Amino acid sequence: MRSDGATGAPVALKVGAGAGLLFMHLPVLLIFVYAFTTEDRTYQWPPPGFTLKWLAVTWNRPDVWEALQLSVKVASISTVVALVLGTLCAAAVSRTAFFGREVISLLVILPIALPGIITGIALRSAFNLADIPFSFWTIVLGHATFCVVVVYNNAVARFRRTAGSLVEASMDLGANGFQTFRYVVLPNIATALLAGGMLAFALSFDEVIVTTFTAGQQATLPIWMLEELVRPRQRPVTNVVAMVVVLVTFVPILAAYYLTQGGGSLRPERQSDRV
Amino acid sequence: MADTTVIGAASSGWAGKVSDALWRRPTLFLLLLLAPPALWLGVIYLGSLFALLAQSFFSIDEFSGLIKYELTLKTYRELLIPANLDIIVRTTSMAAAVTLASAIIAFPIAYFAARYARGRWKALFYLGVMLPLWSSYLVKVYAWKLILAKEGILNWLFGKLHLTWVLEALLSVPVIGGNSLSVSYTGTFLVFVYVWLPFMVLPMQAALERVPASYLEASADLGAIPFQTFRNVVFPLALPGIIAGSIFTFSLTLGDYIIPQIIGSSRLFIGQAVYAHQGTAGNIPLAAAFTVVPVVIMGFYLWMAKRKGAFDAL
Repeated sequence: MRSDGATGAPVALKVGAGAGLLFMHLPVLLIFVYAFTTEDRTYQWPPPGFTLKWLAVTWNRPDVWEALQLSVKVASISTVVALVLGTLCAAAVSRTAFFGREVISLLVILPIALPGIITGIALRSAFNLADIPFSFWTIVLGHATFCVVVVYNNAVARFRRTAGSLVEASMDLGANGFQTFRYVVLPNIATALLAGGMLAFALSFDEVIVTTFTAGQQATLPIWMLEELVRPRQRPVTNVVAMVVVLVTFVPILAAYYLTQGGGSLRPERQSDRV
Repeated sequence: MADTTVIGAASSGWAGKVSDALWRRPTLFLLLLLAPPALWLGVIYLGSLFALLAQSFFSIDEFSGLIKYELTLKTYRELLIPANLDIIVRTTSMAAAVTLASAIIAFPIAYFAARYARGRWKALFYLGVMLPLWSSYLVKVYAWKLILAKEGILNWLFGKLHLTWVLEALLSVPVIGGNSLSVSYTGTFLVFVYVWLPFMVLPMQAALERVPASYLEASADLGAIPFQTFRNVVFPLALPGIIAGSIFTFSLTLGDYIIPQIIGSSRLFIGQAVYAHQGTAGNIPLAAAFTVVPVVIMGFYLWMAKRKGAFDAL
């Protein structure tokens, strides 16, 4: 076995890896074809013809716009809440070793480690018990809960990579805690927070399982899509919406990737990265 | 002389006073940092979870349909009737099958990305896994609705290749078959594997990247054929990563109720049962008892994973 890089890969491995990647990407690409089909009653393949008509039809649909608006609002506020909570948690966990530190990291991971339906039904029955009516804010509450973990993961990785001596130096030079945070800590963790925030936004924007339990009559974009999936009424419009969702979610993911340069978005940094 | 430079002089202004006070009391500072997230997650989230758990110890009155607020294990006994046990077994087997298939499909991708991909290719592989991981769940499910539809691309492809008989043979197999792919377990299985696959690749790749190339060379030098190296060196070292990935694939399959509802037979999965019982049936205790099943399974699973050191690979 040689260790001199890409030349050494066995053919079977290359084929397996390539096929795996194709399996992960082709299905979504198919939606791009369907968004332009002239067929509007079935999922017929190959499409009998192509048209741009459905883009305009979708553009003029108020229900799609309302759902989109709600999703963006929910995702923005949940992201802000998750940023604050996640950063606080990461700062506490990474700076000091204290009793119950493991418990805190478990607590943060729990909302996504447990199936979404449990988070959803738990919150729903709690709202019922407490007589809280379902509203915009109940959706936000659910979303923020499971968004904390992505911010936390990114922030904790960055905090560990940031040398603690920087903070001490800043204090020695006479800066108080707030100044140190503003001029030393924040610039250091800013890109990690931005990346975490964008992933939190993408996570919230896309969430459907918890949302079905915490939303009342409001339909976020995923809820709108779910209804179309269960009872297809507007196939061409759904195709276009699906395509737009794919394109829109690519932006924060790519941006988050370039901000963290390949590390720490889902997994915290590895042993070898530690300073 | 020494007193002219005052080290640690009290800072001026309220901001200085506050930060000095906090610097002197690290425990207080820590508590202040932790209070908001601990309140949110510990009180709102854990509180709801425990409230739900508590409800599973109540029961529902068969005549009035109202919840009886007295502690009983009656609801749990109801969980063990054959119909409900079926649901649990079905869901767990599906989760296991999905996990196994994801591990098999993910391995070449993770291994290639960890060992052979360099520079541009490395970035391509990383994004190639990250994009499907983060792209919309519903859109992915929708894509499979298009693919598996009777008039869709898969049937067309099988027809063009004159392989329709293979598909029909597969669909006539008792358990995994059905009228068409979109209403069979095979269809549900395919969609589950597709949707959760990236969650398996990433931790696996992380674990494989930590296997030093020299180990593989040493193994080969000592006369192992590639399969033996895989079996005795690569696999044991990658195992924490595989387990870490399987936490996701297993847990996500256990709790999902949307995929089997859209693509699959009418037989229920745990998630669908929970949804049905809490919704139209209004039987919150039974729904709560059903949610305890994945929690217990996952609790056990996480405990095992921790013992195998899987958390370092997350």
